[in-house]
Amino acid sequence: MRGGLRLWLVAAAVALAGVAGAARAQEAPPAAPTEQVLAGLSTTTVALTASFEGSEILVFGAVYRTVPVAEDAAPLAVIVTVQGPPQRLSVWRKGRRGGVWMNVEEVRVARAPSFYAVATSAPLTEALSATEDLRHQVSIPRAIRAFGAFATVADAPAFTEALIRLRTGQGLYQLNEGAVELTRETLFRTTVALPANLTEGMYAARVFLTREGQVLDVYETVIDVRKAGIERWLSVLAREQPVAYGLLAVLLAVVAGWGASTAFRLLRS
Amino acid sequence: MTGRGKAGGGAFLACHGAGRWARLGAETDQPAGAFPLQIYLPIAEVTANVFVLLGIGGVAGLLSGMFGVGGGFLITPLLLFIGIPPAVAVATGVNQVVASSVSGVLAHLKRRNVDLVMGNVMLAGGVLGAVLGIWLFSVLRRMGQTELLVQFSYVGLLGTIGTMMLLESVRALRRSRDPKARPRRLHQHNWVHKLPFKMKFRTSGLYISVVPPLMVGAVAGVLAAIMGVGGGFLMVPAMIYVLGMPTKVVVGTSLYQVIFVAALTTVLHAATTGAVDILLALVLILGGVIGAQLGTRLGVRLNPEQMRILLALLVLAVAGRILLDLVLTPDELYSIVVTGRL
Repeated sequence: MRGGLRLWLVAAAVALAGVAGAARAQEAPPAAPTEQVLAGLSTTTVALTASFEGSEILVFGAVYRTVPVAEDAAPLAVIVTVQGPPQRLSVWRKGRRGGVWMNVEEVRVARAPSFYAVATSAPLTEALSATEDLRHQVSIPRAIRAFGAFATVADAPAFTEALIRLRTGQGLYQLNEGAVELTRETLFRTTVALPANLTEGMYAARVFLTREGQVLDVYETVIDVRKAGIERWLSVLAREQPVAYGLLAVLLAVVAGWGASTAFRLLRS
Repeated sequence: MTGRGKAGGGAFLACHGAGRWARLGAETDQPAGAFPLQIYLPIAEVTANVFVLLGIGGVAGLLSGMFGVGGGFLITPLLLFIGIPPAVAVATGVNQVVASSVSGVLAHLKRRNVDLVMGNVMLAGGVLGAVLGIWLFSVLRRMGQTELLVQFSYVGLLGTIGTMMLLESVRALRRSRDPKARPRRLHQHNWVHKLPFKMKFRTSGLYISVVPPLMVGAVAGVLAAIMGVGGGFLMVPAMIYVLGMPTKVVVGTSLYQVIFVAALTTVLHAATTGAVDILLALVLILGGVIGAQLGTRLGVRLNPEQMRILLALLVLAVAGRILLDLVLTPDELYSIVVTGRL
């Protein structure tokens, strides 16, 4: 199974390399990177149905080279990120007021991904320099933009830390260092676990190729996560025609209540 | 496949019931089978165990079958305990109340135990109350205090009702052992009879002001909107002791009012908070139907006075649990509220 997959991966990578190489050669910019990344996903659509219990996505690919690697080159690193649709949110902190614990302090986060997974082939700080992290927004704290109502709270960083901690606990934020398997600096693969509590939307998948913390090439693609079947129909109706949705909820409840009492009356007699 | 991120993910949409709320119930891992034990709730955006949800509906149904109370007052707290966001727990709870009231009122209508005139007056009050309650709910929601509002109203109401029921049951138990004690007079002339705008309520045999029934209905409407209950546990005693209605028509009339108030509240919640989860409601209703049938059978066999004490203790236990959540230092001080999608 494992060997077969690897063989297939090699074949796929070679084929991909040929196609993409040809495509890129035509519009070749003057300073094309000597190493390029090509990647594929085991699936590009995820359906959220009533029985959705989470899913795993296999991200695999290969490095395409125009020039052989120099003998003294720094080791190659691969970083894979999968990012869910961004949200605006508030992080609240409880405090004791009159003996009762209640939400008292709020920090508004202008933009935070609903899901964010980072997988690397080497420790993230080695694989990516701080400048490159800032430019490409790769690490989890960089993916969150928390400015806004900073002035109201003295220790705003504690709130973003709490956001990361809570979402990491729910499997929504993941940092898996060393989870990318890199073979002979050419083939790589990793799996990204999608938890059951996903938000629907377009998920951006990125694969970074780095040496000495510098990004050599980026491959980007999307995963379409959407509610399917009755789930989708209900949530779209609830959002777009809330009154009709409410009336439907009432109608169903009336029918269910009436049906239940009738059914059991018939059952008894 | 992954056992992570089950109902603990109440972070979406509304306040995340931090730590202690989320620990009970739906977090158990289960073998991946053909039948979905875990169900993804599209509006709550949380995964929960079907049997836990059926059980919650079933417990409420059991109570309604045994005692004739709606049981809605248990559904919302139990949903909170398993990590359903407070707004969804309230809005979906009130949707479930529609079903249980419809199923209850039919028998009363057949026996002509519904005072429609009184019901409509209380309904008018209920509409006002529901609108007021929805407004209050959205104001506090914007302030990030949905959870606090729900917790406070539950502690206050369940604490009061539970204590009153317990005292009343203990008194009744003593009375039944002491045959010399005089039964209490139900219909008494009180302040209600001094108010203006009097009206004739033929089925109840009353000639009283419309103000008290309007007020009783309005309070029930507010409770429906902020707590997701029908308010029968409050209306029934008020109708007997304050309005002086005959016991025979009280339950049917309150159920009649509750159907329409709960229906209106469901629509208002859907339109304002968008937190009504139809799938969740249907699972709860199904559990409720089964529970109510069991409850009816159990209720016949058991001593009603002792059962009433048990119910009172149950109500107090739920209130105590919520109170503990309010006063004990929470495991998790932080919570996430999603305010918009980009």
